[in-house]
Amino acid sequence: MSADTTPAKTPGVGPVEGVTLYDVDHPAPVIEAPRKRTSKTPRATRGNFEMAAWLFMRLSGVVLVVLVLGHLLIQLVLDGGVSKIGFAFVAGRWASPFWQGWDLLMLWLAMLHGANGLRTVINDYAERPNTRLWLKGLLYTATVFTILLGTLVIFTFDPNIR
Amino acid sequence: MPAGTLYRGREGMWSWVAHRVTGVLIFFFLFVHVLDTALVRVSPESYDTVVSTYKTPIVALLEYGLVAAILFHALNGLRVIAVDFWSKGPRYQKQMLWTVVGIWVVLMVGALYPVLGHAVRALFGS
Ligand code: HEM
Ligand code: HEM
Repeated sequence: MSADTTPAKTPGVGPVEGVTLYDVDHPAPVIEAPRKRTSKTPRATRGNFEMAAWLFMRLSGVVLVVLVLGHLLIQLVLDGGVSKIGFAFVAGRWASPFWQGWDLLMLWLAMLHGANGLRTVINDYAERPNTRLWLKGLLYTATVFTILLGTLVIFTFDPNIR
Repeated sequence: MPAGTLYRGREGMWSWVAHRVTGVLIFFFLFVHVLDTALVRVSPESYDTVVSTYKTPIVALLEYGLVAAILFHALNGLRVIAVDFWSKGPRYQKQMLWTVVGIWVVLMVGALYPVLGHAVRALFGS
């Protein structure tokens, strides 16, 4: 290493705040800890969106286990399986606020969970910025459309449509 | 091949690949599923017509496949959550994967009759 004592010219050794580069306790230059917060660090480096998304995937996943597996049990296994499904069956189920709420929560959680999952997949494989932009635009459009349509259908369902 | 799509190549990677593939499949299914359910707002007849195709043997097979995908994604998702939040999770990830596969096989055998039974009856009479 050079014997230069001016911090700016010492490679790999930045000026350390509140510490003189050399003193009795530090005969060698003090090296600043990596990622140390200094006055130069912006106060908010970045939001916590990715962390929130990560947590949401796990929380919604736990709830979806009950909602989706329960839904499959009702639709495919109990009471004759798929054979029973028809307009009358849906009318019977959505007569109950409980099943309306169940389906509504399942719709929102599954769509947001799936859309966020697909966002990750797009980020992983689409490398050109333009491709990413278009794929995500398509994804978000389809997601908003599906959530709105599904919500509308649950709330405006009319058993006496005829 | 995009960077970072092959990772170590052992059980952990393949369970991740399967988790990703099933997740994407379920999402596309859900999109179509909300569209077909929306037919209840058109007319009882159009809804019943579309749903009647879901009762045919070939679609029953697809439903069995959907059940397979969801069961794997759900069970493996719980495993991923355990790896992330349970202090011993990472150490037991492999054992948990085989537990997931075991439960999945049992549930898939259990789903055979309820999901495919009507298709077998439609194809072979009685
Ligand atoms: C082949 C298997 C399935 C069948 C036969 C089926 C059947 C049905 C039926 C008959 C309804 C009408 C409302 C009701 O009865 O609750 C419905 C609604 C719904 N299902 Fe499924 N389902 C299946 C799989 C799934 C899966 C895997 C998911 C989630 C990923 C799901 C999510 C939903 C949602 C969100 C609604 C509400 C739709 C809306 O708001 O318009 N279903 N399903
Ligand atoms: C049944 C309960 C479910 C559980 C327990 C569950 C759990 C999870 C977890 C924990 C992750 C995060 C994986 C990671 O960060 O590595 C994930 C990812 C994902 N999930 Fe689910 N999920 C469930 C249902 C669904 C449904 C209904 C859909 C589709 C609408 C879906 C689509 C996805 C997708 C596309 C990903 C991203 C996969 C990836 O990045 O490789 N999941 N799931």
